[in-house]
Formats: sequence, structure tokens, C-alpha cells
Amino acid sequence: MPRVLILLLVLIGASGLARADLHEAVAGLGSRSFDDKAQAIEQIARSGDPQATVILDALESRELVEDRANQRIVLGEKGGDGWVLKDPISGEALGTVGSRDARPVVINNRLRELIHNLRAVAALASANPLERRAAASQLVGNDDPVVLDALRERQREEDNPLVSGVIDTALNIAVLRNPDTELAVRLNAIDAVAGSLEPAVRNVLRDRFSETDASSEKRAAQKALASIDARAERYQMADTLFFGLSLGSVLLLAAIGLAITFGVMGVINMAHGELIMLGAYTTYMVQQIFPQGHEWSLLVAVPAAFLVSGFAGVLIERLVIRFLYGRPLETLLATFGVSLILQQAVRLIFSPLNRTVVTPEWMSGALQINPVFSLTFNRLYIVFFALAVFLLLQLVLKKTRLGLQVRAVSQNRNTARGLGIRRERVNALTFGLGSGIAGIAGVALAQLTNVGPNLGQAYIIDSFMVVVFGGVGNLWGTLTAAFGLGIANKLIEPMAGAVLAKIVILVFIILFIQRKPRGLFPQRGRAAEE
Amino acid sequence: MRHSDLKTALTDRAAKVFIGVLFSAVILVALLNLLVPVDSALHVSSYTVTLLGKYLCYALLALALDLVWGFGGILSLGHGAFFALGGYAMGMYLMRQIGDRGVYGNPNLPDFMVFLNWKELPWYWQASDHFGLTLLLVGLAPGLLAFVFGWLAFRSRVTGVYLSIITQALTYALMLAFFRNEFGFGGNNGLTDFKDILGFSLQADSTRVALLIATALALAGAFVLCRWITGSRLGRVTLAVRDGESRARFLGYRTEHYKLWIFTLSAVLAGIAGALYVPQVGIINPGEFSPLNSIELVVWVAVGGRATLYGAVIGAILVNYGKTVFTGVMPEAWLFALGGLFVAVTVFLPQGLVGLASDLLKRKRRTPPTAPQTTNKESPHEPA
Repeated sequence: MPRVLILLLVLIGASGLARADLHEAVAGLGSRSFDDKAQAIEQIARSGDPQATVILDALESRELVEDRANQRIVLGEKGGDGWVLKDPISGEALGTVGSRDARPVVINNRLRELIHNLRAVAALASANPLERRAAASQLVGNDDPVVLDALRERQREEDNPLVSGVIDTALNIAVLRNPDTELAVRLNAIDAVAGSLEPAVRNVLRDRFSETDASSEKRAAQKALASIDARAERYQMADTLFFGLSLGSVLLLAAIGLAITFGVMGVINMAHGELIMLGAYTTYMVQQIFPQGHEWSLLVAVPAAFLVSGFAGVLIERLVIRFLYGRPLETLLATFGVSLILQQAVRLIFSPLNRTVVTPEWMSGALQINPVFSLTFNRLYIVFFALAVFLLLQLVLKKTRLGLQVRAVSQNRNTARGLGIRRERVNALTFGLGSGIAGIAGVALAQLTNVGPNLGQAYIIDSFMVVVFGGVGNLWGTLTAAFGLGIANKLIEPMAGAVLAKIVILVFIILFIQRKPRGLFPQRGRAAEE
Repeated sequence: MRHSDLKTALTDRAAKVFIGVLFSAVILVALLNLLVPVDSALHVSSYTVTLLGKYLCYALLALALDLVWGFGGILSLGHGAFFALGGYAMGMYLMRQIGDRGVYGNPNLPDFMVFLNWKELPWYWQASDHFGLTLLLVGLAPGLLAFVFGWLAFRSRVTGVYLSIITQALTYALMLAFFRNEFGFGGNNGLTDFKDILGFSLQADSTRVALLIATALALAGAFVLCRWITGSRLGRVTLAVRDGESRARFLGYRTEHYKLWIFTLSAVLAGIAGALYVPQVGIINPGEFSPLNSIELVVWVAVGGRATLYGAVIGAILVNYGKTVFTGVMPEAWLFALGGLFVAVTVFLPQGLVGLASDLLKRKRRTPPTAPQTTNKESPHEPA
């Protein structure tokens, strides 16, 4: 840390002296020759002046202009019907000129790449090791001597093993690309890069394999390629598993509410998908109400969705399902009717078009483990969220009075009633709980898919499959089934495509139900009898 | 069954009334369409003829479902799949009849295969050049699927809601499959642009009327067949299985055989309904497999009244007429009406409209209400 501070102090001290040079360099950008411009750009980047990044950014975004009347290079912003000019170094306003009186400094792709590289070189000095690693990754495969010098320099003081590993790879690739290096050095370099998953490594090894005359090098390159492929395949597998887990957690979220209403209460709720949809629309509404609060609106949306869907669930139970206990097929039809009504109501209120829910900043982006494997944050959070909801539900069922009563009613209605449990109330609350959890699932799904009136339908069959496959009345079975099916789906997908994978899974479950009609973990005892 | 004593007497009368009403309506419509000039007020448009034909196809489908649900107690949420399979079998024949009149003018391949760059007709299309083989396929495709599916399901005693859910999964899986182009059934667009059937143009009024009459004949035939089956010993065992499967099994009946037989027969009837439907509406696409269609069909039967056969027919025609009217006048209200119908029928009208009507009739007839109806006590049968 102190070293970085000293470096900063030196840079700041130096900047005062270098101001004159900077002026000269900026003026150099006015030249017609791209070579001159390249030189000027390097000079600016090297100046270490804090204004240098501003200038280079402006150059890239065509906001560095040549003021024709005064023959100078200044910052220019399009405003009104002309340019608003600013001094590139002091930043002071220079008034406005007409749109024809200034024109942006032209750059080509070579210069753009140069700026890019220089920026990465500058980022190599960042205090944040993640930024340093990202910068080094960007420079892997770059042959520019300026870049290589910067990398070597950085390597001398780098103390983070992850960053220095990437820099090593970059330097070794440069060694391999250089046709003048000795064989022994090359073999060492091949050995050193053998584990790296950077695409540039694979390219350079392939080149070496086809170009070299030395059989030892050919063999080394081949071996290194094989080990890279094996490693990449392992990470590919990890990637698939992660996607499977994330699909599994979506399934778990969608099915877990159903596991309560169907599994514990024996009620077939075809409107379950629409309760998920209500949760998703609640998320949308919360974002509409707090347009500034995208970052934390999810914290409001989760309880709000629980309440909205839970309340809808209690209404459905009181108005419809109450009359149909013990008649599962009729319940199925009636709740299907409810689902049609809910869908159409949403279609009328919010229009049939999809609504998008803004993903908060902290949920976008990805945790880049290596070039072939990254964990996207939204999926990662949903896995944790699903597990948290699951555990919370287990707690409610196992540790609270309501949970005890729910289990009692589900095991034997009449005995529970005889023991003084108010069945009506427990039924309504249980149904509300299951529905509320569907609402929470809707909040999570709103982050992954579009929010539309058909959102629920897409999940209803999957949810039923998960619950039935896991074994009705068994929440752990639901968990196992959700993750099992999610992962299986993602494993089949690369072979067969998304739709076929789904068909294969459906057919598998249909056949599985024939073998074990009560699912993976059948309920035992009296409750198992209809 | 509730009206057991009256049953035999009612059966014949009900069948006669049913067939009488059906054919008078169909013949009236046919005559008014073909013989009355277009500008006359009494003329019935071809649109109405086709609409009626469509309703009768739905009625046949509802009849098929009533056979398994009302009499067998098997709530299939996938009967739309059998309907669609029959429809596809007929659609394939109609597709082949287009010959070289397609957009690409290829005499050997349907348009969509030319579009997909296929070189020859897949094997499962070979039968579709012959009308006779097509008729066989219409029954065989849904029948075989139902047989295999039912054999697996009933043998392992998958019942109740589990069976309902896996039948729904079945039709869902088929829908996903038929949406794929590689399956060779036209993918997303399905099969359409049909020209003629057995050499008669599908656009001609006479063909439309003929199709309507064919549908009515099929419906009447299926009605009589179902009446006969449900009145026979087989039907009575099926009822016993519905009301107490374990009991029937303990009495020595192989309940899964009875269920399988009635399920397969019902699937074949649904397939025939689909085959009659496709030439009249002129298109078949994977949307017919959608779980929503199958479940809508259940509500037709529920509205009309289960286990009466004519109830299913009445329900199908009424609900679909309501749908036609509603979607014409205020389309956004239709799903509310349908949803409300689901709820109202299950909560307030468990016996459907037919049950309501017979309750009202009974109340009129016997002014002092007698004791609640006793359930039917059937004489025990010997094991099969």
C-alpha cells in the first residue's frame, strides 16, 4: 500500500512539471498523420496527468474537437446547435461555436486499440487486485513492446499470485510468439502456460504445434493443449452444473408453494402459476411506485408479493376451495377457472404486453472465475434465495404453532379437529402461506424473465412435475426433485437442444410415475392413503 | 348411476330423441344452405354450416371424454392430444391431396418439406396417400398412444389427480414436439392450405354439407355405441371401478383391463372427432395440443353433466356457442366467462345442466319429496 501512495505522490509531483509537455502532446493530435497522433496519444497517457484519461476518453467518444478559428484542440460537447468548448487541461469553459466551426479529431481502429491498451496498462497500477487482473487479462496475447515492458515492470512488484499468474501467461505468450527465442526457453514457456484457459494461449500453442520443427516442442505443445482442453471441459461441466442449479432453484421456488398446497393440504391449485405471476407484477408495481429505488425495491417487493399473493390465496380458499375439500378433481377444475380469470384480469389492467423489471446494479454482472467459467450474480443470488426460502418454510412448518397445526390437519383432518384445531382457519392460513411463497417466487422470476400474463402458465406444469416427482407431502423430496430435474435438463440440453431436453424430461417423469406412482420419497402411514 | 330403474327404458327413448333432434337440425341446415337461394332470408350461410360441423366435432370429443371421465372416473387432461393426433392424420392426407398445386409446385413433397430442403417423404407419411390407410391411421395413432400410455399407467395404478397431471404432461410434451420442424409435421404453422378431399373441393358448399352430415353420422354412431357399452356388462363393471376401484378389484375384476379398454376406445373416438374437424376448419397446428384446450374440453362435459352422454354433447355445443358469441361481441370478456363457468359449475352444479334439469323435473313430478336417492345397488357379477 505505501508503495502505491508514493507512486501516486510522484505522479502528482511530476504532473506539474509535465503540463507543458501535455499541451504540446494535445496539440499534436491535430496532425493529419495517424503516426503522429499515435505518438501524441502515448505521450498523453504517459504524462500521468489526471486530465489524461479525460482527454483520451473524449478522443474515443469523438468529443475532442479541433477549434477551427483558433487552430487548437479542445474538449467539445454537442449542445444546442453548436459545440460547447472547454479547455482540455484546465477544464475552463471556452464558450460555444457553431456546429461547422469545430470538428472531432478523427481516429482509426489502430489508435482505438492503442488507447484501449494504454488504459489497461494504466489499470495495471490500480490498487484493486481484481481490476489489475482484469487489466492483465485484457493484455494477454498483446505483442506491443510498450505493453510488454509495462507488464514486466508490473510483474516485478506484483504480490498477488492471481494477478502475477495472468501476467506470466501474457509474457510467456510473447516469448512463444517471438521466433528468435531458444528452444529450451520455449519449452519452459509452454510448460508454464499449460494450465491457462486464456483463448490466446490455445491459439499460440496451436501455432507452435503446426509451425515448429523441433519434435520436443511439438510434443510439449500437444500435451499442453490436451491438458488445457481437459481443464476447459471440467470448467464447462461446472458451468453446466451451475446453470442446472440455477434452473433447479427456479423450479424449487415455483414448486415449493405448490408442495404446501398440493402436498400438505391435498389441494390441486391450478391457479398456482397465476399466484407467481401476481408476485412478479407486484415487483413491477413496487418499481413503478419507487422509480428511484431500483437498488432496494426488491426488499420491499418480497414482503409485498408475499402479502398480495397470500391474500389472493386466502380469498381463493375462502370463496372456492372451501366447498371442494375431498374432491380433488373438482378443485382442479375450479382453480383452473380462477387462473383464467386472474390471467385475463392482469391482461386488462396491465395490457397483454410484457413488462420489464429493472435488475438492480448489485445483481447484474458476473463473478469471473476464469475465461471459460463465470457465475452470473442474478443466478447465484437466486440459488441462495431459493434455499433461504426453503429453510424458512421448513422452520415455519417445524417450529411454529401454525406449522404444527398444518401438519396435524394434513395427517388426519378429523383427529386434528377432535383435538380442537380450528380446521377452517388452518386451511385458509396454509393456503395463504403456500400462495404467498408463490408470490415470492414471482419476485425472483421477474429478475430472470419478462413479466407477462402468461408467466404463470409457463411454470405450472413444471411445478406439478417437481412436486409429484419428489413425492407429494415431502418438502425435501421437492428440493431433491427440483435440483435433480434442473441439472438433468441442463445436462441433456447441449446434446439435444432446449426443447427436446424438456420433452425428454417430461417423458422420463411420465415413465417414472408409472414405476413409482408416489414419487421419489413416498409418504408413509395413514396420510398416504387417499 | 342414479336412474337405474328407469335406465333401460330411458336409454332407448333418449337415444331416439337425441338422434332425432340431431338429424332434424343437420338436415334442416343442409337444405336451407343448398336449396334456398343466397339472397333469401331463410338461407343458411356456409359459415354457419361449418360452424355447426365444428360444434358437432367438439360434441363427439366431449362424448369421448364423458366415456372415460363420467363412466370410468378417469379425468384425462390430455384428450386434446388424441383429438389433435386424429386431426394430424387427416391433415397429412389432405396435404398429400394438394399434390403439385402447392406454392413450390413440387409433386412429391408438401410445401414445408421443400422449404426445409427435405429430399424425400418420411416413412410415416407413406400411408397418407391412401384414404383408406388414413382412416386406419386416424384411429390407430391415438388408439395406440392411449393403449401404451394407459397400459403403463393403469397397470401401476396411477389414479386420480396423478393421472390427470401426467396426461396433461403428455399433451404438453406432444405440443413441444409438434412445434419442432424436424418432426415433419409442419412445425409452428402446422398443416393447412388444403384443396380437396376424395376429389371434392373443400370450398364447395356441397362438400361442406357432406362433411357436416358425416360428422353428424359419426356423432350419432358414437352416441349409440357409448349407450350400448355403458349399458352392457362391461359398462357396469366400469362404473363399479369408478365408484370403488379397490372393491371391484377384490371382487376379482382386472380393473386395469376395463380402464384400459375404455380409455383406448375413447381416444379413438377423440381421434375421429379430430379427423372430421380438420377438413372443416382447414388447418391443424400444434396449438391443438395445448393443455388449455384439453382442460376446456373438460369443462364442456362438466357444464353439460357427467355420465349422461347427451349432457356432454349439450355442454360442448352450448359452451362453444357461447364462445362464438362472446368472442364476437366482447372478446376480452370470454376468459372471464369461461373461468367463471369453471368455478360456478364445480361449486354449484356438480351434476351439470342435465342434473339441474332432471332435479327440477323430479321436484315437479313428486310434490312430496321422497327420501334421498339411494345409490345404485347392482347385482353382483361374476368375475370376468
